[in-house]
Amino acid sequence: MSPAEGPLGTVLDVLSAVCLGAGVLLAVVAALGVLRLPDVLTRLHAAAKPQALGVVLVAIGVALAVRTPAAFGVVTLVVVFQLVTAPVAAHMVGRAAYRTGKVRPDLLLLDELGDLAPGEAPEGGMPEAGAASADQDADRPAEPGDARPRT
Amino acid sequence: MSALATQLGVTGPTSVLVLLAGALLLAAAGCVVARAVVGPTILDRVVALDALVVVLVAGFGLHAAVTRSTATLPILVVLALVGFVGSVSVARFAAKDTQ
Repeated sequence: MSPAEGPLGTVLDVLSAVCLGAGVLLAVVAALGVLRLPDVLTRLHAAAKPQALGVVLVAIGVALAVRTPAAFGVVTLVVVFQLVTAPVAAHMVGRAAYRTGKVRPDLLLLDELGDLAPGEAPEGGMPEAGAASADQDADRPAEPGDARPRT
Repeated sequence: MSALATQLGVTGPTSVLVLLAGALLLAAAGCVVARAVVGPTILDRVVALDALVVVLVAGFGLHAAVTRSTATLPILVVLALVGFVGSVSVARFAAKDTQ
């Protein structure tokens, strides 16, 4: 399809520009957060938002501007990949940060994993759920499930 | 600014908007690269490079929308997949590194 399609084309172009502008602004806000925030987890929080919403907005903007079936297909692939992989990657980075003790405890309002590793909480690491946690639980005298904080 | 736009090959009524978006993306990439250089931990760098991937996706998407071409769209797929694999593998490496 050609770009010049009369009034409908103009409307689609304006919608595309709005979506692209919103996506670009989200990327800029995320970059400022990554630069300015004090902690790995807070930087991750700032950077993970446009990985889903910003990419979706940019993809909608591209699809509205290009308006070909091939562009729709590729853009749908990008959105599906990003929505599936971005939370997984962010979760793994956050878990690695907690396990290796790179989390600042003074910035945490609530550490729900702290009682799983007594003593030095972040450096001690978080026990694996499943078979690996059985002997670690045996080492500890008595810490049943009711020691966890309730919301 | 519109003279600069025509000099760069960006024409049309939205050329100033396109230049503004490009400048914002450039500033965002600068912030993110600064964080990736400063660190201090490898996980900070991973987070910063993930944000850089988002900036790159926005830039390529902007280019594709302005030129109305599908030539750069496969790069978006590749960027999405490579960013995921990179950050996950570095996160696993960092988890094993200090234990």
